[in-house]
Amino acid sequence: MIINVRDTNATGIHMALVKARHNIGVASSMVFTMIVIADLKHYDRALEACHDAGREHPSRIILVTNGQAKADRVDAEIRLGEEVPGEIISLKFHGELVEHRDSVVLPLLLPDSPVVAWWRAGAPDKPGEDPLGKLAIRRITDAMGSSRPLAAIERRARNYSPGDTDLTWTRLTPWRALLAAAVDQYPSPISEVRVEAAINNAASLLLSAWLEDRLGVEVIRTEGKKGIGITGVTLVTDNGDISIAREDGKMATFSAPGLPCRQVALRRRDSNALITEELRRLDVDDIFASAMSTLVQRCERMDAGKATT
Amino acid sequence: MTEANDFVNPLRDPQDRRLPRIAGPCALVLFGVTGDLARKKLMPAVYDLANRGLLPPGFGLIGFARRDWEQEDFAKIVHDSVKERARTPFREEVWKQLLEGIRFVPGTFDSDESFETLKATLDDLDRAQGTGGNHAFYLSIPPKAFDQVISMLKKHGLAKRDNPQAWSRVVIEKPFGNDLATAQELERQVSSVFHSESVFRIDHYLGKETVQNLLALRFANELFEPIWNRSYVDHVQITMAEDIGIGGRAGYYDGVGAARDVIQNHLLQLLALTAMEEPTSFDADQLRTEKKKVLAAARPPKDMAAHTARGQYLAGWAGGKLVPGYLEEDGINPKSQTETYAAIRVDIDNRRWAGVPFYLRSAKRMPRRVTEIALNLRRAPHLPFTHSDIEALGSNALVLRIQPDEGITLRFGAKVPATLMEIRDVTMDFAYGTSFAESSPEAYERLILDVLLGDPPLFPQHEEVELAWKILDPILDFWGELDTQPEGYPSGTWGPSCGNDMLARDGFVWRRP
Repeated sequence: MIINVRDTNATGIHMALVKARHNIGVASSMVFTMIVIADLKHYDRALEACHDAGREHPSRIILVTNGQAKADRVDAEIRLGEEVPGEIISLKFHGELVEHRDSVVLPLLLPDSPVVAWWRAGAPDKPGEDPLGKLAIRRITDAMGSSRPLAAIERRARNYSPGDTDLTWTRLTPWRALLAAAVDQYPSPISEVRVEAAINNAASLLLSAWLEDRLGVEVIRTEGKKGIGITGVTLVTDNGDISIAREDGKMATFSAPGLPCRQVALRRRDSNALITEELRRLDVDDIFASAMSTLVQRCERMDAGKATT
Repeated sequence: MTEANDFVNPLRDPQDRRLPRIAGPCALVLFGVTGDLARKKLMPAVYDLANRGLLPPGFGLIGFARRDWEQEDFAKIVHDSVKERARTPFREEVWKQLLEGIRFVPGTFDSDESFETLKATLDDLDRAQGTGGNHAFYLSIPPKAFDQVISMLKKHGLAKRDNPQAWSRVVIEKPFGNDLATAQELERQVSSVFHSESVFRIDHYLGKETVQNLLALRFANELFEPIWNRSYVDHVQITMAEDIGIGGRAGYYDGVGAARDVIQNHLLQLLALTAMEEPTSFDADQLRTEKKKVLAAARPPKDMAAHTARGQYLAGWAGGKLVPGYLEEDGINPKSQTETYAAIRVDIDNRRWAGVPFYLRSAKRMPRRVTEIALNLRRAPHLPFTHSDIEALGSNALVLRIQPDEGITLRFGAKVPATLMEIRDVTMDFAYGTSFAESSPEAYERLILDVLLGDPPLFPQHEEVELAWKILDPILDFWGELDTQPEGYPSGTWGPSCGNDMLARDGFVWRRP
């Protein structure tokens, strides 16, 4: 059912929820609260994403948008039993209340369970210090959703606080898995790494940082290659190169010393699949933290290089 | 190669929990590709694995069957079954990746020539696809053909038992024998060719996910352990009900029956997981040790007549449809004494469970499909209420639902609002939402991946299989000697009256799942 409550407050929303649940006759068995922060103009897509995210984990999803009315008020729409196991509360904030959204969200968090915040588009510079971000133990942003992805991932890395994560990192999982499997198969020390990517690709920056962090060798990253996303990674070993190349964003070619060249599907995933992966683990991702700190070092190295030339 | 052995992959880290394990280069050989299982489950599962990026770039899939097929015919069959059945969306590029490694070997199980062709095909795959000489053989074939295929694999050097460079593994499906003696015979055949850790026995009812859920509930919580014993648990009911009849499985089912088909493997495994002590770790080895211990302590009832029951479904209306009785099914001997309903009592002779009966039942043509484990607790030792207050109060129960909607139900008493003091049973329920898209792997995907990774299976090894037969054999002998028709029950009901009497003798009733 869908219940609209106009010009209300946290208590009003809570009462409506209790009543709705009473009418359906189900007990709450939700596993976490997710706060989704979106633009009004992307409202429908955000709602759809909430549906997808809620399907795997019965949860309370609070969709936060800013409306355009002058009055200081919040309008709520509650969705219960609409194709998702949990509940979706859409909140539209107007007027001065836009600055105090956390005051409405805080009372609506499920008792004693984790809180996740997800900025669907633009994210604050310091998610960990954002009023809504502070409510969450896990803060999900997406540098690729920004107009300047490279700057965004760098900013994210410089302002990293435990619990932060970026979908750029999630996008890398298949690449990382394939690279790790490649090294499993050809266990030999790696002396050099090259990463190639299309222009403005934040993921390649992060992948380079991760490889540098793990392998302890400098990673050379070149940008502007024809193709989509990350277009290739080469690991140089004493016996020859292990390389994975992908131009069309779907099919990669895998080659390694002494073996036939083979094809492997390596598709880019949509954001719903990414969020699903993200929600499976809610603890701090140490590997990501470490890669982010290497990313900062790389940036500083490059800044220093620019300064001297 | 010592250098390689000492090498630690710097890209891997135990902290890096996102990184899935991808199988190493290998080839999977499917015997019995024309069967239902291969088409409906195995081939789609292989595709789903590839789609989730869990198969290596060097992967080969070989079909072996008595068909006059060309490579393309087989590829088309795989393609169609994937398109129709795969869990994840069909993607051209994933298919392209798989197609490179698909081969077909026409042949029969008794032909040396066929196995030579298979060997040549595998060698060719090793070269062209880089499958590295690692081969898994999936025997999706009738048990009577096991012996032949396994000895042919040995004869043609396909089962490399002692090759440190490459592995050979074999997957066999239940039934694992027909009784203790045949199970031991099967084990003798298989172990003469493969090491026990290379043998994967699969019970497709019991997914790894289920086992892990059970372990998580029992051993990750402090809440349940204190009551998980004879002081609090009154009796346990483990049910696997199917709403279908035998369908097209007449040839397999007649003469086998519900006890051999389901209780021997599935229900006794569930019993072991429910009743075992805490393993020191979740290593397959440790887990198996605990399961073996509890199965060794379990015994069939002393009074067989009182504590076993069997039935056979009759024609009737099941879920709104008129269905034939067992004896009227196609391909069934009209005088068959095979049971389609089996219920037994099992006792576990150890400190934790002494005196707590475990009731196991499995049946076809029940009102609905459900598998669950219900721990029924004792009633409170003293109830400070009047008799009429608690007339509607039963005992507390913790129910672990295995399928179709995996979850947990807790039953307890609560006061009815606005009465003086009226207490009745209520239930509380938890279920993780139904997963979607790429999230929840189907049991076969996990199994195939485990085989390819060489992950020690959570599936039973031969000792467990044999222990289970030791519990069931005396019961089957007893039924065999009776030489009577099992009691009929109308299709679409919860079984024959002898099943209910069996519990009534002990003062219990079956839960309606």
